Amino acid sequence: MRMPPPDNAILSRRDTIAEGLRRIVGEAHVMDDEASLKAYETDALSAYRQMPMLVVLPGDTGEVSSVLAFCKREGVKIVPRGAGTGLSGGALPLEDGITVGLGRFNRILEIDYANRAAVVQPGVANLTISQAMDAAGFYYAPDPSSQIACSIGGNVAENSGGVHCLKYGLTTNNLLGVEMVMMGGEILRIGGKQFDSDGYDLLGLITGSEGMLGVITEVTVRILPKPPVAQALLIGFPSNDNAGRCVADIIAAGIIPAGLELMDKPAIHATEDFCNAGYPLDAESILICELDGPEVEVAELVHRVGDIARSCEASSLRVSESEAERQKFWLGRKSAFPAAGRLAPDYYVMDGTIPRHRLAEVLARITDLSKEYELQVANVFHAGDGNLHPLILFDSNVPGELERTEEMGGKILKLCVEVGGVLTGEHGVGVEKRDLMGEMFNEIDLKQQQRIKCAFDEGHLLNPGKVFPILHRCAELGRLHVHGGELPFPDLPRF
Amino acid sequence: MEETLKPSNVNDLVQIIEWAVAGVHPLEIVGGGSKHALGRRMQTERTLDLSAFSGIKEYQPEELVLTAGAATPLVDIEAVLAEKGQMLAFEPADYGAILGSTLRATLGGAIACNLSGPRRIKAGAARDHLLGFHAVSGRAEAFKSGGKVVKNVTGYDLCKLLAGSWGTLAALHEVSVKVMPSAEKIRTVLICGLDAEGAVVAMNQAMASSHDVSGAAYLPAALAARSGVSYITDVGASVTALRIEGIGLSAEARCSALREIFSPLGYIEELHGKNSHQFWREIRDVMPFAGDSRALWRISLPPTAGARLITRIKETIAAEAFVDWAGGLVWLAVVAGEDASAPVVRELAKAEGGHATLLRAPGDIRAAVPVFQPLAPAIAELSTRLKESFDPTCVLNPGRMYAGV
Repeated sequence: MRMPPPDNAILSRRDTIAEGLRRIVGEAHVMDDEASLKAYETDALSAYRQMPMLVVLPGDTGEVSSVLAFCKREGVKIVPRGAGTGLSGGALPLEDGITVGLGRFNRILEIDYANRAAVVQPGVANLTISQAMDAAGFYYAPDPSSQIACSIGGNVAENSGGVHCLKYGLTTNNLLGVEMVMMGGEILRIGGKQFDSDGYDLLGLITGSEGMLGVITEVTVRILPKPPVAQALLIGFPSNDNAGRCVADIIAAGIIPAGLELMDKPAIHATEDFCNAGYPLDAESILICELDGPEVEVAELVHRVGDIARSCEASSLRVSESEAERQKFWLGRKSAFPAAGRLAPDYYVMDGTIPRHRLAEVLARITDLSKEYELQVANVFHAGDGNLHPLILFDSNVPGELERTEEMGGKILKLCVEVGGVLTGEHGVGVEKRDLMGEMFNEIDLKQQQRIKCAFDEGHLLNPGKVFPILHRCAELGRLHVHGGELPFPDLPRF
Repeated sequence: MEETLKPSNVNDLVQIIEWAVAGVHPLEIVGGGSKHALGRRMQTERTLDLSAFSGIKEYQPEELVLTAGAATPLVDIEAVLAEKGQMLAFEPADYGAILGSTLRATLGGAIACNLSGPRRIKAGAARDHLLGFHAVSGRAEAFKSGGKVVKNVTGYDLCKLLAGSWGTLAALHEVSVKVMPSAEKIRTVLICGLDAEGAVVAMNQAMASSHDVSGAAYLPAALAARSGVSYITDVGASVTALRIEGIGLSAEARCSALREIFSPLGYIEELHGKNSHQFWREIRDVMPFAGDSRALWRISLPPTAGARLITRIKETIAAEAFVDWAGGLVWLAVVAGEDASAPVVRELAKAEGGHATLLRAPGDIRAAVPVFQPLAPAIAELSTRLKESFDPTCVLNPGRMYAGV
């Protein structure tokens, strides 16, 4: 992966820069020794590694502001980092950059049940938020599978999803406000506890901007009362086609399940070997359909989904009769990644979204690619919202196998775009899909996105090298190229 | 009389904006024209009429996505969705009645102004439902963002930025939106006779319950009396309305549960399907203040502050108000006067953590008083830079939101 070339002038001033940072955050919170830096050399996309020049761990918003102002003055690049669980390399360090870790921002500042909002620091783990309000009967809806570890600040940066986003939305649909520090150190407060903010929707723009527009120092999330009942169906199908049809029919029947997950045969077998979730081994694919809400509603919807499944020739159907059984249905799905990890020394998680009705076709073509590249693939799929996660199994110790895996992964994502989908549903572009952006966007589209980057960070100091395949200078992007001084169409209707 | 330019395709649109940029001719963007009286009054030379970009291009109900020309009338879209038992869950508002316009509101207009109805508290705003768009920027460049699938994080989320930008960044000509199944049954529980403070407490209690309330509004007695729903006018007192939607059994069970919770507070009434539909349309379209010459403020604030804000404003000026979004949206009518009492309304809204938009006022007041709550300086500067990045010569709806933007 090609990254912007390091600036030797910056590298040669490393000690002076470290000294400047120590004056801001204190001796203990700047790391420059190899052993400490090593812990930051990668995120959860571990195929890419780079030691940062320095790591700094500010303790409050004022320190973040001072660090960013200092770095802008010194012309030093910044890579913000939450818990480092991202899957697209968004927190991949830069050789001449400073990784700013938000781990010390670990407090829940306020839970306002009356307004259904919680104010938290960005380093708080996603699941910790829900746990803190569990006894009061509330939770925070987006639940990425890494929720035990991933930080809410990272969720904002990546606009994280999870298995429940079909019904409850992604991170962006569950935020009310943020405090953010700009590259020059300016502190912005955006949104609050009200539903709609004023002015341009900066909150929406920042969410999912992959740490390139600012550093989030506080987050206000919307919280929801917990649904009284949740029940899941585990449905086996003789083909992916049947399962895909069942998904379409459930939605066409006006049912929006809380979760609707599909796994193909290799994924079923891998997870069953791993955790004995009780999945039907004779099925070509399974669906887990979770319904939540008032008891009477869930009972009725379980009945309706069962009927739809049978009409799609389900080969097996089980309904969870207890909370323990529901959890067991999910156990396999939630173990899919580690289970895949036992089948091969390495696995690579893809993340594209497709229109649901193309599912069977896309899975068939992934099977073809799997044969062509001689790499095994297991598919797990947020079927409700069309978000596909093929897991490519490989061995990085075999020369050339990582490269083959990446090439095959690229082809899968191109396939997603070709059928009318997108490159990434929830993991982000980062460095991983950066060079594929041209598959979805033309140069004009990408330049307009980069102009937004320029409005926030003219010097390209915040997380450069991510998301955009070509870095244009802001001055060049700002130039206006317009010809045509006349209204050149006499035939144009005017009144 | 302003001259109107009416492109019939994207090439025309690009050429018109090229011409506008080259000669710095400011344009007012119009879809259906129903929102002409919204926002700051502009000094534009020409009207850019996008009405040719109309019609549904793609709609597959099981994908929950609809793609249409930005100027497609909302009524047309809603009719097509209804045939398949679906809807725009953000319940786009039509302010025609309060603005005195009979022109048809469009999908692009609802999105560009991020206008959401009562279901916003459950289903999100217009901005949450825009999945992708095609537009031409003030650089006369045709560009796109987002996609036609419900889950997508590829690149910056320009959908959010364009929604609620009031046409100041780009001329939207095609949009893809998320659609949702309509509820099988709709019911409304009415708690009668509460004051605003009691109503806001009750509404937030309902929102915090697991009964999945999809609308929570409060009308004082005088405004309830203006309803076209006889059950509401017959109450003869204030009404606090809680909407329940879902499959039949569930809707009924949740209604009984809410009735039981709130019966100690006052007389309880219930609206069924047809009356519920009409009542919530009245709330959505601000009908209690239709045919009224007063200036109208739309104030967004933390829900529990809604009643307190009304009390504090009424301590200072004569005003009448009703509440939507469980207290999070206050509709406030005041005598237009010279400035629609902007200083008082703005200061008190800000003190409660909210912001006030002057939704209806004569043009001279909208020229003299900021229509949108003034932004903090750092945010204002950033907004100007964002405007420049899309529209450096300020030809698209210049000044519609803020002077210089």
